[in-house]
Amino acid sequence: MEPMKKNLPHLAAKVRIDALKMIYAAQSGHPGGSFSAADIITTLYFGGFLAYDPKNPKWKDRDYFILSKGHCAPSLYAVLGELGFFPKDEFFRLRQVDSLLQGHPETYIPGIEIASGPLGQGISVACGIAMGIKIDKKQNKVFSLHGDGELQEGNIWEGVMTAAKYHLDNYVAIVDRNRLQIDGSTAEVMPIEDVAGKFQAFGWEVMKMNGHDFDDIYTTLKKAVEVTGKPVCIVADTVKGKGVSFMENQVGWHGKAPNDEQFASAMEELQKNFDETQ
Amino acid sequence: MSNKIATRAAFGEALLEIGRKQENVVSLDADLSGSTKTGAFAKEFPERAFNVGIAEQGLVATAAGLAIARKKPFACTFAVFLTGRAYDQVRTSVAISDLPVVLAGSHAGILTGEDGATHQALEDIGLMRALPHMTVLSPADAAETKACTQYAAQAEHPVYLRLGRSGVPVIFDEKTKFEIGKVRTLNQGTDVVIFATGPLVSSALIAAKKLEKDISVKVVNVSCISPLDVSGIIEALQGVKNVITAEDHSINNGLGSAIAEVMAENGIGIPLYRHGMRQFGESGNGADLYEKYKFDGEGVAEVVRTFLKK
Ligand SMILES: Cc1ncc(C[n+]2csc(CCOP(=O)(O)OP(=O)(O)O)c2C)c(N)n1
Repeated sequence: MEPMKKNLPHLAAKVRIDALKMIYAAQSGHPGGSFSAADIITTLYFGGFLAYDPKNPKWKDRDYFILSKGHCAPSLYAVLGELGFFPKDEFFRLRQVDSLLQGHPETYIPGIEIASGPLGQGISVACGIAMGIKIDKKQNKVFSLHGDGELQEGNIWEGVMTAAKYHLDNYVAIVDRNRLQIDGSTAEVMPIEDVAGKFQAFGWEVMKMNGHDFDDIYTTLKKAVEVTGKPVCIVADTVKGKGVSFMENQVGWHGKAPNDEQFASAMEELQKNFDETQ
Repeated sequence: MSNKIATRAAFGEALLEIGRKQENVVSLDADLSGSTKTGAFAKEFPERAFNVGIAEQGLVATAAGLAIARKKPFACTFAVFLTGRAYDQVRTSVAISDLPVVLAGSHAGILTGEDGATHQALEDIGLMRALPHMTVLSPADAAETKACTQYAAQAEHPVYLRLGRSGVPVIFDEKTKFEIGKVRTLNQGTDVVIFATGPLVSSALIAAKKLEKDISVKVVNVSCISPLDVSGIIEALQGVKNVITAEDHSINNGLGSAIAEVMAENGIGIPLYRHGMRQFGESGNGADLYEKYKFDGEGVAEVVRTFLKK
């Protein structure tokens, strides 16, 4: 794990650049949540937390990542492309007719375990995988990533109970707590506090981290995978649109592509971050 | 028909107009109020507009409760979540309970575009028309959407209103009188009748025009898919040699199936082709997808030519 660690900020900068290029080329997609999740997804894949084989995505001994907030696929596609699950040319055909990279994850895309986009199903799906792994007495891990707005779905809490009942300590769920959804802030649309307290009350081990501080992400994930007897929920404090100042904390950038001018200015900022993290 | 308006936009306007006159109208959203176009209503009547968060099952069941409390609820979200995620709430709390809830589902069909298969409702007509008590409305353009919304606001039973994301050509002017529940012949013809619904109605009309020199195409708008205007459909079938159904929906359980059932049950043995989706959708610009799946005027014309081997 250690040797990869120092590259994480640089890799995450690249992920944001590629994600934005895709969304710009498509003139459609979700930059806000893709960027709040970028550092977490990058750390999972490049920080040594997931075992995978890009040449054999269905490898039986892999670990599993479920992007339950499927609209943030651009960041995941950027990571999977970087790792060689599919050619990077595919980036620029995102969301277009006859393309591989769909607006939301589909199982025919190498590296994608399950279709998502319709929110709220990922915890139960992850539970199923974690239960299957336990039947086989294997050590593989399952991670899932959720929006905070997504927690409003009832199916989330069905899964939360299942994970606790079956002591799924091979499972870590991460909440991207950027405090925004589509119609406004989670506080306005449908308050979900106390997120940590809710998971705790349902019998989970709960941790908090700064979802943009790589040391914090790294050490929290390391701690999370060591927990036994319970599933772990990590509440990650994040900023929607992180990395592009005019998108940060702006609900309007949930699902909108940048125009030429906005793209140029965003790329300048992202490129600077990429260069500085070399 | 060059002017285009999205039916969801027409719905939003109608909701506001109706809300001004009908005080019991309330709207419910599930974090997609920008997309369902309830914003104008919510702005003028904030105390009558609710947002339940990303929770479609709760959305529908809450609407049922409001109906019990003598309100006229419009439960609004993407068609795929409204009819799919919340199906049992629709079935039990709305349909079996026979409550006057209006389910307004936007982003129906592949017209939804870039979001892809997960967000394109292609089974909603089938799901909704299987439910007794449920009226299923699939308007063809802006004016008809307003008439359907008006009808739904007055209905004493559940109504499903199928709406689309992108603009569709204007067919009817604002003064058109609609008889909701009845089929309507928009173009006379004898070689083939196209029963179309939703955005495919304007495509069928464009196709009829393109083909008029070689093929005589009757176009019938079926905007009420349940309960079906059986006698109107049988009448429209008189004297034509072929039948095509056209819908931005699965060929299974939608308009095509409904027409096939009427034909079979009434012993009408004319060749039938169901034009619609035979697979899940995919990402792409709505217009590009309409071209690929032959849902635009040119595409429907091609489907007619192929079916009639002309
Ligand atoms: C079941 C379901 N309902 C509605 C939507 C539409 N939708 C897409 S993203 C989104 C908001 C998500 O907010 P959040 O979970 O906080 O994600 P983030 O802010 O990280 O993008 C909504 C309502 C959906 N995809 N699925």
